[in-house]
Amino acid sequence: MPARLHIDLPLLLLLLLICALGLLILYSASGQSGEQVERQLMRLGLAFVLMIAVAQVPPVLLCRWSLPLFLLGLLLLLAVLLVGEQSKGAQRWLDLGVVRFQPSEILKLALPMMLAWYLSLRPMPPRLLDILVTSLLIAVPVLLIAKQPDLGTALLVASAGLTTLFLSGLRWRLIIGLIVLGAAAAPLAWSLMRDYQRRRVLTFLDPGSDPLGAGYHIIQSQIAIGSGGVHGKGWLEGTQSQLEFLPERSTDFIFAVLGEELGLSGVILLMLLYLAVILRGLSIAAQAPDAYSRLLAGSITIVFFVYLFVNMGMVIGLLPVVGVPLPLISYGGTSLVTLMLGFGILMSVQTRRKLLQSE
Amino acid sequence: MLAEVFTDQRGEKRLFRIRALFLALIVILGLALIGMRLFHLQVTRHTHFTTLSDGNRIKIQPMPPTRGLIYDRNGVLLADNVPSYALTIEPEKIADLESTIAELSTLVPISELDRERFRRLLPQRRRFEGVPIRLDLSEVERARFAVQSHRFPGVEIAAELSRFYPQGLHTAHVVGYVGRINQQELERIDRSNYAGSSHLGKVGVEKYHEAWLHGHVGYQQVVVNARGRILERREEKTPVSGRDLHLFLDMNLQRDAAAALGDRRGAVVAIEPETGGVLAMVSSPSYDPNPFVGGIGFKAFAALRDDIDRPLYDRAIRGQYPPGSTIKQFIALGGLASGVARAREGKHCGGYFQLPGHSHRYRCWRARGHGSLAMEDAIVQSCDVYFYRLAHDMGIERMNKYLAEFGFGRPTGAVIAGELGGLLPSPEWKRRARNQPWFPGETLIVGIGQGAFLATPLQLAAATAAAANRGVYVQPRLVNATRSGLGEPLEPTAAQQRHLSDKDPAHWQVIIDAMTNVVEGRRGTARRIHHQDYRIAGKTGTSQVFTIGQNETYNEAEIDERLRDHALFVGFAPVDNPRIAVAVIIENGGSGGATAAPVARAVMDSWLLDQRVVPATDDADETDARSAMVARRVNE
Repeated sequence: MPARLHIDLPLLLLLLLICALGLLILYSASGQSGEQVERQLMRLGLAFVLMIAVAQVPPVLLCRWSLPLFLLGLLLLLAVLLVGEQSKGAQRWLDLGVVRFQPSEILKLALPMMLAWYLSLRPMPPRLLDILVTSLLIAVPVLLIAKQPDLGTALLVASAGLTTLFLSGLRWRLIIGLIVLGAAAAPLAWSLMRDYQRRRVLTFLDPGSDPLGAGYHIIQSQIAIGSGGVHGKGWLEGTQSQLEFLPERSTDFIFAVLGEELGLSGVILLMLLYLAVILRGLSIAAQAPDAYSRLLAGSITIVFFVYLFVNMGMVIGLLPVVGVPLPLISYGGTSLVTLMLGFGILMSVQTRRKLLQSE
Repeated sequence: MLAEVFTDQRGEKRLFRIRALFLALIVILGLALIGMRLFHLQVTRHTHFTTLSDGNRIKIQPMPPTRGLIYDRNGVLLADNVPSYALTIEPEKIADLESTIAELSTLVPISELDRERFRRLLPQRRRFEGVPIRLDLSEVERARFAVQSHRFPGVEIAAELSRFYPQGLHTAHVVGYVGRINQQELERIDRSNYAGSSHLGKVGVEKYHEAWLHGHVGYQQVVVNARGRILERREEKTPVSGRDLHLFLDMNLQRDAAAALGDRRGAVVAIEPETGGVLAMVSSPSYDPNPFVGGIGFKAFAALRDDIDRPLYDRAIRGQYPPGSTIKQFIALGGLASGVARAREGKHCGGYFQLPGHSHRYRCWRARGHGSLAMEDAIVQSCDVYFYRLAHDMGIERMNKYLAEFGFGRPTGAVIAGELGGLLPSPEWKRRARNQPWFPGETLIVGIGQGAFLATPLQLAAATAAAANRGVYVQPRLVNATRSGLGEPLEPTAAQQRHLSDKDPAHWQVIIDAMTNVVEGRRGTARRIHHQDYRIAGKTGTSQVFTIGQNETYNEAEIDERLRDHALFVGFAPVDNPRIAVAVIIENGGSGGATAAPVARAVMDSWLLDQRVVPATDDADETDARSAMVARRVNE
């Protein structure tokens, strides 16, 4: 068997396009700071290398690592809780001397891997006992992360777990039952939230109540997007972004810069690219030969969607402010690496299916 | 077995595909939802958000107009604009005001007075407006702060034109002063026109002619970033400066009048009869208006307010005194005009007058009486009994009609803020104000200018000018001309005048002859101010502060100084060609002829003969006044 580089070309091209668009916007959002763009470019390079590296690992091997990786993730989460570093009022970071990283990121991949491994060994749709076990496997890391507190990551990890469960064929009446239960548990969640989290929800419901404080982000981002119109004010010409009225404009609120400078047309272009990535991911999952690959690929793809939906929804005032970056575009490296590792897994699944067929 | 697993595999795959398809649908729906919201924001409400976005970055900045200057009739500056540098703090940008002020005080001295003013102004300021913590920074202090300014975001040196009154206390009452706009005024003024102004006229000409002096605000459009830094200036509308005012006031005469009064409490008003122009208007004691511009300290203000001599009180326009005998000639004219009295007809004075059927004795100032007197002698000797009789014959209504024609009982309308109108008592007034009937005896008292009858020095001067004009009442005014700027033409103000109802020259001649003999006559009450070079017509007066009992005699020495009679004098000169009419009141001055008349004479000498009481003002004086003031501000 000749040596072969395992890469999915359509997915790779789409990702490159999105990242190129992202760098363009970042250059504008950072106040034309070449330095920021350069650093992001280096992170992207590293992330792409990691993605291609993971793509070379066959799913069978990933399957075998699922349980140990999950246990390691949980252990590190506990470590964060005990000896983690405080930053901006939350305890999320672990300093390993060489690198500082957030163990919660590991769970974004480790949890769906764990669930896919567990569920693929049992007949589908899962029985009640399996559902209970799976629920426990989801709840433990999600609660640990929510306690840091990091609502955004907890949300993403939870959605990864629930998507895996859903894809495994969970019966509809159970799903509806869970939704009803979730609605009933909302007051409980409210009582567990921290003050700043509650304030965010309240501000989301009525941003005008505090236009200079918590509501400022939402109001200014909507002004930026709304004033962009169909064609935008032009690249580097956004007054909200360039004159610094828009807060967090190179990180969580970078979507507003796109909306202001490139308008509805630029936004729709990005959404179409995102949609193409998601459809490609789901198609890879649907064609995967084994249950483990299917569940994992499907879950990774949907988490990607949750990322962008929550971020966009927040910036345009549809959802409360939750710290979730715009995938592949927001300035920063942590979530970027996890996302690209996920795409590496998708590529691994895709190329192994072809091999299987050619045999 | 193998087949079963195989079918399971296929079933699972089909189940997964349905679920994946379902999720794809959810994804598309989610993106469509976002797309719809984006359409709503970017298309439907695009205009709305464009307006908000422009509002964020484009700010309209007001440019305050330069306040008009005020000059006297010879071009001597009475109100000037001088550049001044203040250290201002914008509280919105400062986390801890106290520690910032403490740190600033290590660079430039900040006194307790400065802190007090800052605390006082803090709640009155408009949003995003700097509040001064120190005024009048010296060049050295400016440099010292400039070097360290990066440590103090939100603290700035504001250069502005500050009002300065070179004549100081000599013009405090008449010119007045400007002060910081307070909360009540903010609700009253046209806020857009005052958008860039921090001061407005509070007293005197500065207040009355605010509209002229202030001018019109200009605007410039600027682009700012989120931190408020100006990035670009766009179109602008330049402000229109306020108009300069040229007063009738003569600074030399004003100083001489003040010097003639000396440290006595009182007022002098001098009017040019032909124009109604106010040549001098002095209220004594006075105060320095300059500290009021920056904001006078509470202690300094309290000292002025609580001073027993009341320096803040403008006696010339707000001092309401019983005019005493100074109005006898006006009542005499009323008697002639109404036909009740004839000039040659004698009335007997036996030292007192009794109303028919009453025992009360209305006394003449001369206890043994004047005997039989005609009108002219009655005025010259100021016989009270003659005027009791005349008042009784005329009745209160008729008397009031003529007094009102001379301008008594209501403000003259001279263009100055805060003028009071005095009081012309009448039966209706007494019913309304006190709910009491009018007694016949009160008519007699009005006839000698006492009782409830009140007049201001300005009213007395204006009435005297009307007599000098032989029946033409010219409304007093301060502003001679205005102009829109240096080099522009002067635009004179118009005189408002009216004729009194009595146009018979013979009647006016009687009055003027009598007034002339008050000064020139052998028995005139003001004969001591007779001048050999020109002739003066006048009338003395004494108004009671303290009511003497029916059987008591007035003993000056026994009465507390503050309860002594006020001394008054009205007059004009020269008799044949009147160029100046003067009213003088000296509080608790005793006899009008002895104390008030010489002050009027000094004012007339100054105006008619250029005979100075104090040396003429020159530039050296002004410079001294200014450096003294600056030194005081720094020391504060």
